[in-house]
Amino acid sequence: MAKTALQFTHNGRDVAVFVDGGTSLLTALRELVGDHSPKFGCGQGGCGACTVLIDGDPVLSCVTLAESVAGKSIATADGLKNGPELHPLQTAFMESFAAQCGYCTPGMLMAAKALLDRNPTPSRVEVVEAISGNICRCTGYEPIINAILAAAGHGLRWA
Amino acid sequence: MPVTVKTCATPAEAAAALSSDRGARYIAGGTLVMRAVNEGDVGITTLVRLADRALAQIRVSGARVSLGAEVTLLAILRERELSYLHPVVRSIGGPAVRTMGTVGGNLFAAPPFGDLTAALLALDAMVSVQSGYGARDMALEEFLAGRDRAAGTLALGVSFERPASPDAFRYRKIARVKPKGASVVSIAAHVPNMGGRVSNVRIAYGGMAATAIRAKAAERALEGRALDEAGIAAAVAAAAEGTSPATDAIASAWYRREVVGVHLRRLLLGLEA
Repeated sequence: MAKTALQFTHNGRDVAVFVDGGTSLLTALRELVGDHSPKFGCGQGGCGACTVLIDGDPVLSCVTLAESVAGKSIATADGLKNGPELHPLQTAFMESFAAQCGYCTPGMLMAAKALLDRNPTPSRVEVVEAISGNICRCTGYEPIINAILAAAGHGLRWA
Repeated sequence: MPVTVKTCATPAEAAAALSSDRGARYIAGGTLVMRAVNEGDVGITTLVRLADRALAQIRVSGARVSLGAEVTLLAILRERELSYLHPVVRSIGGPAVRTMGTVGGNLFAAPPFGDLTAALLALDAMVSVQSGYGARDMALEEFLAGRDRAAGTLALGVSFERPASPDAFRYRKIARVKPKGASVVSIAAHVPNMGGRVSNVRIAYGGMAATAIRAKAAERALEGRALDEAGIAAAVAAAAEGTSPATDAIASAWYRREVVGVHLRRLLLGLEA
């Protein structure tokens, strides 16, 4: 079956790949672009481990048809750091022990970034709502919520 | 197995593509269809989509509201004119599901999903559909009754009258997981108050049958009554009449029938969940 050419922006860089029909954005990112930061969890849109941002809004890349992102801007956890410098959210996750096995972390980071980009000073309830589609089986969520609140409390700029 | 993706220029072209291929499914946000594709559903051989955003328009004209089928739940949440639908949309998914999930897709969501459809049923929404015979409007209830047999029909959007007052439209979703999860039951009620009594009552459930349904017996029992304990008693007693809920991982059919009246009572009296 013929492949389809697909162009989009990945963490600020233009990329072009050829996808099979029905390929998910997650598969395109992991297998064709080589970005392994979005994780395959359930493949059903139920766990949030594959969360990335499309034009700033969070989506579940495992149930996003790759062809639907043509011309759009995709941001993943791999693009958070600036050279060796971690993103403030990543630092806050480390300092708050918000990652144990780490499988949910990239999705949690992107869900949190989507929140803080729009609302730099969220309440605890707003943080809980922002990560309500992301499942973590290790931490019990408290360290993650605290990390996001801590990052927001630093009054950092979210670019 | 790879599937064929057909990107169409117009709804008519998409409807034609759907009706000419038994293995074709329309895909918008992807939260329903891509799940099936990822599972390897061999019944899906073609994905049909629209190239432009023609079906993503929200129109508010006086009291009449039109939502295109590809309007996302997030777009509803960002529209101040639709504030009465915000509690409904907030009860669905996490933010990522709301970015992707669409009005049209929700019409096809099987229980325990499809809470927005229950709300639209209580708002007496009309559905605009495109088939090989052209475009036409039909009542949402009629659409849902024939939904699973209507291969080749494309939902273009929904339209409904805005509730007369904020208190005239009420919604509650009962889930086991906090802050949110799939529905044990969702209840939407249109109960406009006319001089202390409600008239033109519409009550709809999600999760109480194979599609969202109207609670006709409860509606009849509530029509013309006051929203107090005595006024709602007959409606609460009839709450489970005509329902056929499923037993699933969220709740048993027995449990759903037992609790629907409890939650209907709380909704009508304005009590905490």
